[in-house]
Amino acid sequence: MKHIKTLTTRDLKESMKKGGCGECQTSCQSACKTSCTVGNQTCEKLK
Amino acid sequence: MQDLSSDKPSLLLFCFIGEFKDLPVFAIRKAKKNTMIHCYKNNGYNIVLDVNSGSVHVVDEMVYDMIQLIEPLYEQGIKDADTLTAAALHVGGLKFPEDEVKEAVLEILELAEAQQLFTKDIYENYVDSFKDRQTVVKALCLHIAHDCNLACKYCFAEEGEYHGRRALMSFEVGKKALDFLVANSGNRVNLEVDFFGGEPTLNFDVVKQIVEYGRSLEKTNNKKFRFTLTTNGVLMNDEILEFANKEMGNIVLSIDGRKEVNDRMRPFRGGQGSYDIIVPKFKKVADSRNQMNYYVRGTYTHYNLDFSEDVLHLADLGFEQISVEPVVAQPTDDYAIREEDIPKLKEEYDKLAVEMLKRKKEGRPFNFFHFMIDLQGGPCVAKRLSGCGSGCEYLAVTPWGDFYPCHQFVGNEAFLMGNVDDGIVRDDIRYEFKQCNVYAKEKCRKCFAKFYCSGGCAANSYNFHGKITDVYEVGCELQRKRIECAIMMKAAEAEFTEN
Repeated sequence: MKHIKTLTTRDLKESMKKGGCGECQTSCQSACKTSCTVGNQTCEKLK
Repeated sequence: MQDLSSDKPSLLLFCFIGEFKDLPVFAIRKAKKNTMIHCYKNNGYNIVLDVNSGSVHVVDEMVYDMIQLIEPLYEQGIKDADTLTAAALHVGGLKFPEDEVKEAVLEILELAEAQQLFTKDIYENYVDSFKDRQTVVKALCLHIAHDCNLACKYCFAEEGEYHGRRALMSFEVGKKALDFLVANSGNRVNLEVDFFGGEPTLNFDVVKQIVEYGRSLEKTNNKKFRFTLTTNGVLMNDEILEFANKEMGNIVLSIDGRKEVNDRMRPFRGGQGSYDIIVPKFKKVADSRNQMNYYVRGTYTHYNLDFSEDVLHLADLGFEQISVEPVVAQPTDDYAIREEDIPKLKEEYDKLAVEMLKRKKEGRPFNFFHFMIDLQGGPCVAKRLSGCGSGCEYLAVTPWGDFYPCHQFVGNEAFLMGNVDDGIVRDDIRYEFKQCNVYAKEKCRKCFAKFYCSGGCAANSYNFHGKITDVYEVGCELQRKRIECAIMMKAAEAEFTEN
């Protein structure tokens, strides 16, 4: 496209179909203990 | 920075009535908005985030100027390129040649048809079914020591004691906690255990015993423990390091940045600073782990609003995994972040993002936890909706074996959920936390960042509003900024790769 460049992203809607296995990390177990951040986590199935 | 994420009916749309009387009225009268785009400019990039699909688009000025106008029209069913082009030219007042505008409109329509733009929020019904899900416990924060050898001024644990008595966890309590975790984890294989405090190295023999016990449970129960150690580093030595490198999947090393900043807030009980003691030890930890699977983690306060200097200081010391986040404090605390600090803090995040990109180009990159965003392999919607899992998937365990929803609730008896002997006895508390998700928080519904912060921290909400279904506004403002910076950095990195 000439006017728009789209970054490759995971389709959130698609992730409804196979998501929810719960094997992923709990957010506070990483490096934040006073906020909540999940966008930086990686899906265990996609690792 | 221009914030174009408002969902108020656009004035332009009302002008539209006059220009295009033949259009159906429903196209003009805005119904309940079910799509959400967030448009912002950062570091020379025009970015459009399609919130519900998670798609990120980097657009030129022309598209940036027209996309907010086209969104409600598209949502109302107007998908004809000529009509949308006319709207952009005559209502939007675009000063571009018609053929170029139409070309851009066609690109927008192509993305919309591909469900990468103007996608609808279809998750609310999904979350209703999610509320009734069977939850399992998959992570514990073990308060190995309610005692500390530092007296950090902002500590929510009040020098490690959590509004209570000094105490060390016994192996028996730790053992029962792991048994509880295994028994309540259902089919989950990966189980996380964080050794937290106070300062866990004050009770390190018990840490070692608990780890050994955990490993003994893995094979027979088909579980895999991932242990994390959070430490202030004062007692770090070769023995602890060797053990940690063998057993800990992650180590969180607490340091705030520059010497004067760190020592102001992280002194010993006698008042002397901790920087000179911990820095050499932390360097050794980082290098011994090949600069991976650890974080130096700091807290910034009202006293170091120029916190980007602290992040860069840590990077200059050679650390490559860095996390520095705002203090959460009561407004009455002198070091609390105030609303008037926010513009300066936002500038700091911008400055840091630009510097990080520069360093990456120069071949000396480092990771900043709060700018890390996984656009391609990030969590599924279920994870993004359901929050941090506190109170149901994640529990904190006190030295004497009591359960709380998370480490930040420890000491608040209203949230005492049970203990390692009796299990969860307050199912009502678990239920309350289980219901807490993005859609349970009115302020989150309209926020573009909701799928990245997952509705924010329940403890922060409780501390500021007395309920877990609200939000901590100052934290949200900064979170949104961090997400904007993180996405901009992805756009910039994609450009580097392309060039």
